[in-house]
Amino acid sequence: MPTPLSSSRLSQRRARIVRERAIEVVLFLAALVSVFTTVGIVYILVKESVVFFQQVSIVDFLTDTQWTPLFDDAHFGIMVLLSGTLTSSVVALAIAIPLGTVIAIYLSEFAPFKVREIAKPFLELLGGVPTIVYGFFALLFVTPVLQWFYPALPGFNLLSAGIVMGIMIIPYVSSISEDAMRAVPMNLREGSYAMGATRFQTATRVVVPAAFSGIASAYILGISRAVGETMILAVAAGMQPNLTFNPLEPAATITAYIVQVALGDLPHGSIGYQTIFAAGLTLMLFTLACNIGGHLLRKRFRETY
Amino acid sequence: MAYAKDLTAIRLLIASHKRWDLVFAVCGVLALMVGILTFTALFVDMALEGVPRLSWDFFTNYPSRRAAQAGILSAWVGSCLVMVVTAVVAVPLGVGAGLYLEEYAPKNWVTDVIEINITNLAGVPSIVYGLLALGLFVYQFGFGQSILSAGLTLALLILPVVIVATREAIRSIPVGIREGAYALGATQWQVCKDHIVPYSSAGILTGIIIGMARAIGETAPIITIGALTFIAFLPPSPIKAEPPFISFEWLTSPFTVMPIQMFNWTSRPEAAFLQNAAAAGFVLVFMTLAMNGLAIWLRYRLRKNIKW
Repeated sequence: MPTPLSSSRLSQRRARIVRERAIEVVLFLAALVSVFTTVGIVYILVKESVVFFQQVSIVDFLTDTQWTPLFDDAHFGIMVLLSGTLTSSVVALAIAIPLGTVIAIYLSEFAPFKVREIAKPFLELLGGVPTIVYGFFALLFVTPVLQWFYPALPGFNLLSAGIVMGIMIIPYVSSISEDAMRAVPMNLREGSYAMGATRFQTATRVVVPAAFSGIASAYILGISRAVGETMILAVAAGMQPNLTFNPLEPAATITAYIVQVALGDLPHGSIGYQTIFAAGLTLMLFTLACNIGGHLLRKRFRETY
Repeated sequence: MAYAKDLTAIRLLIASHKRWDLVFAVCGVLALMVGILTFTALFVDMALEGVPRLSWDFFTNYPSRRAAQAGILSAWVGSCLVMVVTAVVAVPLGVGAGLYLEEYAPKNWVTDVIEINITNLAGVPSIVYGLLALGLFVYQFGFGQSILSAGLTLALLILPVVIVATREAIRSIPVGIREGAYALGATQWQVCKDHIVPYSSAGILTGIIIGMARAIGETAPIITIGALTFIAFLPPSPIKAEPPFISFEWLTSPFTVMPIQMFNWTSRPEAAFLQNAAAAGFVLVFMTLAMNGLAIWLRYRLRKNIKW
C-alpha cells in the first residue's frame, strides 16, 4: 500500500510529466509557425492568381509584349516586367559576384588577422543599411556621377540601381563564401604549400574548388536578393514598364510594379489587385527555381572531408 | 654551368608566381575599398544633405505640404509601435522554435521539413511577405491596414533570423552542461530555462537586435499592405487616464513608418523635400548602424569572455 507521502509524490510527478509535455507541444507549435508561413504564402499567391488566370490566359501572360493592366486596353505581358528584373539583376550580380568572391578569398586566405577583424564588421554594416536609403543614394548620388561620364543617361535608369544593388549584395556573397572557405580543413592547404604552391595557387586551385558548394549557395542567395530587391529599383529605376535589356534605360521590375500598385488605391478583388499576386507568384517561382538549381549544384559538387 | 642556370630559372619561376600573390592581395584590398568607400560616400552624402535639417522641430512636427515645416513625428512613433508588436511576436516564437529544434526535436521527417522551410524562408523576397500580409492579415483576418498587420508581417520576416541565431547560440553550449543538470534530476524544461536559455541569451540577443535592425528599415512589405504615406495624427495612446489604464486601440490604427516617410519625400521633385528625405535617411541609417554596431560589439564581447 502506498503511503500518503509517496502517493502525493506520484501525483506531483504526474503533473510534472504533463507540464513537460505541454511545454514541448507549445515549443513545437512555435517551430511550426515557419511552415504555416510558407503554406500561407503559397495559398495566398495561388488563390489570387487562379482568379487572375481565369480572366487572362497563361499564354498571353507569358508572350504578350505589353504590360498595361490599368488601362482600358489592358495587356498582361509579364515579359515586360521580367526584362527589367533580369537586366537589373545581371548588373548587380556582375558587381557583387566578382567583388564578393575576391573579398572572400582575400579575407580567408590573404588578409592579416587585424584586417579581417576590422573588415568583417564593416561589411556587415554595409548589409544592414535599409534599402530605401540605398535607393536614395542611387537616385541622387550614383546617377548624377554616372551622368557626368555619360550625359545622355536618363534620371531613372537600371544601371545605377543595379550598381548600388550589387554593392548592397557584396556582404551576403562574401560572408557566406568566406565561411565556406574557412571550413576547408587546414591540412589541404598545408599539403598544397608542401608541394611548393604559392598562396594564390593554393587559394584558387585547392581552397576554392573544395569550398565550391558553399560558394555556390552564396551566389544563389545573391541572385535571390537581386531578383527580390524592391525599394532601390522603385526609387532609382522609375516605375514605367519597358521591355528592354538595356541597363541605360528606365524600366519597372516585378517588385517595383507591386509597390506602384500598392501605393495607388485599388479596390480589393479588382483585376489590378490580382495582377500583383500573379506578379508575386512569378517572382516566387523564379526564386524557387534558383534555390532548386542551387541545391542540385551543391549536391553535384559537395566535397566531404 | 647547367645547374646554376636551372637554379636561376627556378628562382625566376618562383618570383613570377609570387608576383601573382601580390597582385591578388592588391585586388582584394581594392575590392574591400569599393565597399568601404561606397559606405562612406553614402553616409557623408546623407549627413551633408540631411544634418542641417535636423532640429527638435523635425522630430516633433507632423508631415506637411510645406517642406520646411514637415517633420517625422508620426513616422518615428509609428516605427516604434510597429517594432513593439514585431518584438512581442517574433522573440518568443523565434526563441521557442530554436529551442525546440535544438533541444527537443526528434530526428524525423517533420523536423527535416521545418528545417528546410526555415532555410528557404530566409531567401524569400521581403515583398512576398507583404503580399502574404495583404491577402491574409489585411483581408482574410480583417486586421486592416493597421499597426497590428505591419508588426505581424515584420515578425514573420525576421523569424528566420532569430531562429538561426538562437540555434547557433544553443549549439555552442557544451553537452556536459546538459548532462550535469540531467544527472541532478532536472527535467528537460528545467535544463532549458535554467541553463540553456540563460547561457545562450547574449547570442540570442545579438540575433534579435540584427533582426529588429532589419525590420526597422524594411519598406516594401509595409507599402504592400497599404500603409498611408501622409499621416498627420498619432495613434491612440496606449496608456489611459481612467481604468483599466491600458488600451490596445493603437493596434488597429492607421500609421506610417520612417522608411515610408522617406520614400514619400524621395518621390517628390522639390529639392526641399529631398533634403527632408536625406534627414530622415540619416536618422534611419544612424538607428540601424547603432543597432548593428551594438550586435557586433555584443558578439565580440561574447567571444572574448566565454570559455567553456
